[in-house]
Amino acid sequence: MKKIEAVIRPERIDKVKDALSAVGVRGLTVTEVIGSGNQKGKPHTYRGTEYSLDLLPKIRIEVIAADSDVERIVDALCKAAATGEVGDGKIFISPIEEVIRVRTKERGAAAV
Amino acid sequence: MELDLGVAVSTLWVLIAAFMVFLMHSGFAMVESGFARTKNVVNVLAKNLATVSIGTIAFFLAGFALMFGADFGGFVGTSGFLLSGLEEMDFGIPSMAFWVFQAMFAATCATIVSGAVAERVRLVAYLIFAVAMAAIIYPVVGHWVWGGGWLSELGFHDFAGSTVVHSVGAWGALVFAALLGPRIGKYRTDGTVQPIFAHSLPLGALGVFILWFGWFGFNGGSTLDGTTPALAEIIAVTALGGAGGGLGAMVFSWIRHGHSDLSFGLNGVLGGLVGITAGADVLSLAGGLAAGLIAGALLVLAVEFLDKVLKVDDVVGAVPVHGFCGVWGTLAVGLFATDGGLFYGGGLSLLGVQAIGIVATFAWVGAASLVALLIIKAIVGLRVSEEEEIQGLDLAEHGMIAYGDFMLHNLGDFRRSVNTHATAARVLNGNGSRAKLEGESVIS
Repeated sequence: MKKIEAVIRPERIDKVKDALSAVGVRGLTVTEVIGSGNQKGKPHTYRGTEYSLDLLPKIRIEVIAADSDVERIVDALCKAAATGEVGDGKIFISPIEEVIRVRTKERGAAAV
Repeated sequence: MELDLGVAVSTLWVLIAAFMVFLMHSGFAMVESGFARTKNVVNVLAKNLATVSIGTIAFFLAGFALMFGADFGGFVGTSGFLLSGLEEMDFGIPSMAFWVFQAMFAATCATIVSGAVAERVRLVAYLIFAVAMAAIIYPVVGHWVWGGGWLSELGFHDFAGSTVVHSVGAWGALVFAALLGPRIGKYRTDGTVQPIFAHSLPLGALGVFILWFGWFGFNGGSTLDGTTPALAEIIAVTALGGAGGGLGAMVFSWIRHGHSDLSFGLNGVLGGLVGITAGADVLSLAGGLAAGLIAGALLVLAVEFLDKVLKVDDVVGAVPVHGFCGVWGTLAVGLFATDGGLFYGGGLSLLGVQAIGIVATFAWVGAASLVALLIIKAIVGLRVSEEEEIQGLDLAEHGMIAYGDFMLHNLGDFRRSVNTHATAARVLNGNGSRAKLEGESVIS
């Protein structure tokens, strides 16, 4: 099992959610995050004072999937999240040792 | 008793005007809470509420006597404490109506301080200072100008209070804010300004519209006469002054900063109104518009001057609006007054008298505020602890929060709905603020 963790543009969340649903992903966790990457903030002024925002808002999506589903999910994610501009985000994949469903105590693939 | 229709109309008008000035306190409350952060909104509202109560009571007990009582040396009034002997005074309308109107003015002057010192002042220190403002500091200047004191003898002209009300409030605010020091996070270690964003410009805008509405009563009621045709001219100048101020600030900041800063536009309306308050009865319509436009541009520069040069942290821009534009409005009388103004061939004498009034008011309010605040500091302290400031004054001073379970809070354990993707574009910039970013189409 793998955890697929994608950091995407906030305005793409609807599209990504639909795309994931279309490839059979039911469980996902979504968090609002801020961070920095290659995309730069632009200088602004507020009441005559210049400032820049170096940490930009993103949405992080976490999906747990069987190894065999990973590529399909990654493809769907990339397709839905990409605009072609700097700042589209990143996807991190890491191994998951165990998954347990709280209600039934099922483990492994059955719990995903 | 025979009905005097003129007196009846005037009484009714002055009372309605008093109610409009009373409503201005809701405007101040909305502007100040909107410009503050969510964690300090309860505190801002509590100060505004308390100021109306304190101002009214203080003006009943002592303020009115010091302002309009029997003159002592041109400096202060000495009779009429608790409004004794009020019925023997003649203001052309029932004296009680006059008192109600004036009491609302006293509270207005005191509440100007509140926004400048927001987000770090101790509640009790603020409240004691509000008493000093409404009971002593404001009435003394009021006596000089409106109570038959030495400035009125000189011919100083301040129709509805650019100096008497607005500058007095602003200089008190300036001294208080300077003694308090800036909010934590306002200046970076290298001394440059780190903006702390207003939490709600909609509230700020609502407040400004209410203040503008109230200002028609503030200036119009100062005629104390609902029968004079001059009333309509005064209202017209007031409308143009506010319009000029808002537009002046928006356009000037647009040129200067590359975009139109709404917070400046909102401040600018108020600056424009302050800028015509002294001369609302002597300015032509064009003169009022010019005074307003210039006040709007001045306001923008004054905010930057305070922030970057004086490094005094004024949360809402009270000192630029009421102080700098108050000085401008007072000088504008000397320049634009159709009778006696420099630009109308009146020479420099009126302008000189106006300048004397400005300097004398600054000296008195600065000195009296400093003494009062140093005493308050010695007794109760002026500023909350660092811990309380970071936590927010709402919890520290009141044990409550402004928005309940409305999900706006930066309280450490806040939960926010990700179903409403609208919130996704919010930037938590260390202070719960938000801004639009390059390449981000913000969904709302």
